[in-house]
Amino acid sequence: MSLETLAAGALTALTRLVTGVRARWPDEAPSTSPRVYFANHSSHLDTLVIWASLPATLRARTRPVAASDYWDRPGLRRWLALRVLRALPVDRSDGCGKREALRRLIEALDQGDSLILFPEGTRGDGAAIGELRSGLYHVARERPEAALVPVFLENLSRILPKGEFLPVPLIGRVTFGAPIRLGTDETRQAFLQRARAALIDLRNR
Amino acid sequence: MNPLWDREILMLLGGVVGLLALGTTVGLVLDRRVTSDAGRAVVVNLKARVRSWWVMTAAFAAALATGGVGSVILFGLLSFIALREFITLTPTRRADHRTLFWAFFVFVPIQYILVYREWYGLFAIFIPVYAFLFVPVRSALAGDTEDFLARTAKIQWGLMIAVYCVSHAPALLMLQIPGYDGEGAKLLLYLVIVVQLSDVLQYVFGKTLGRRRILPKVSPNKTWEGTLGGIGTATLIGALLWWATPFSPWAAAAIALLINLAGFAGGVCLSAIKRDLGVKDFGTLIEGHGGVLDRIDSLCFAAPLFFHVVRYFYT
Repeated sequence: MSLETLAAGALTALTRLVTGVRARWPDEAPSTSPRVYFANHSSHLDTLVIWASLPATLRARTRPVAASDYWDRPGLRRWLALRVLRALPVDRSDGCGKREALRRLIEALDQGDSLILFPEGTRGDGAAIGELRSGLYHVARERPEAALVPVFLENLSRILPKGEFLPVPLIGRVTFGAPIRLGTDETRQAFLQRARAALIDLRNR
Repeated sequence: MNPLWDREILMLLGGVVGLLALGTTVGLVLDRRVTSDAGRAVVVNLKARVRSWWVMTAAFAAALATGGVGSVILFGLLSFIALREFITLTPTRRADHRTLFWAFFVFVPIQYILVYREWYGLFAIFIPVYAFLFVPVRSALAGDTEDFLARTAKIQWGLMIAVYCVSHAPALLMLQIPGYDGEGAKLLLYLVIVVQLSDVLQYVFGKTLGRRRILPKVSPNKTWEGTLGGIGTATLIGALLWWATPFSPWAAAAIALLINLAGFAGGVCLSAIKRDLGVKDFGTLIEGHGGVLDRIDSLCFAAPLFFHVVRYFYT
């Protein structure tokens, strides 16, 4: 067993212990086909929590999309992100980095991997869900057949809010919703509105 | 605080195991006989409850077997989890983050260290005085005044119920009772048996005979028949177990009645909190029962009263 596998197991157990997280799949059972999980974002724990609450077989093939300015730094952080979580680092700044980032996401999907995306682009305060940025739309346009699964994360901004480094061990909750797909004539704006509404809808479930 | 496996403690535990075996048997028999949908749901829940009771009994017996330290650690963990369940459902704000960190990682351990060190003077006032005053100060320093009084009160309430009250159960081991030296673990076992038996019997009488509800708005499952039958029977059993305690039979009856009434009050108050928060259970950790706080709600109210009655009259 490699060091990365061991670390992944330990990280999963630790995440579950600290956040007490329980996954709910009220609409559809987990599926092994490649999916894009998109979630609201309010804590550094979010990526880990979604990843740790997936069934083990799915987890092994699910890659978080991580901001390279934060995660792709030398040391433990990079090792954890790139080797243990197998994250795809993407450039958040505008410009030609975006096209390159999209290419890497599509490539991963084509290889049969699933993705974890936070389309708000940055962490919010946990109270409201911000407007979604267009990355999710571009992925959906490139691969219209891909199922996009809305994921609502609850209480994680209370466990580890933005700007804090010590967690408070409350009980978090992850709700995986019914997948959505890009409609044939759907505009970018309409699609992103619908995706955001799917997240808000899960909040009330 | 020594490990205690005298004859009486083994008899008490043997009785509990006998009851659990009875519960398992009843579950198996009902499983064959009951066919209606509503009845099935009750049987499935009953079997889950009995299974969980086996696990809880094993954990508790293991803690008692290690003497003082095991009981302190077990109840410390229960407090930690109960506080976690309570605060999760209670709206707090960003400004409470550091306060909550103190509550979980400083106040809970200190309270249980005080129990372990048998430092009664500080144990009795640490949360009602020091934590009580610290909580609003720390939140005020974070600079957010929105709902300040409500937020502060909720954190203080969580600490009082889930930590302070619960810690009185293992604190029974610190009592020095003449002629009952080093047998405090038996008192703890007695308290838990009587209070939990009262809950179980109220459930059994309620399911079989229950008709008239006591407080439909607060606790829809509590009926007059279930409550009186459960408290009456548990009080009788508490009196019949007098030989395991420093009490006379009549005193054991009076004390058992007191802790059963306190337990009933605890169940009602925590139900009122659940209705206020709009939830059915505090958690999902214990299959068939809900959360830890759902299981120990009666103990929260019974433990401090039992502790102080014993301390006043018997030490």
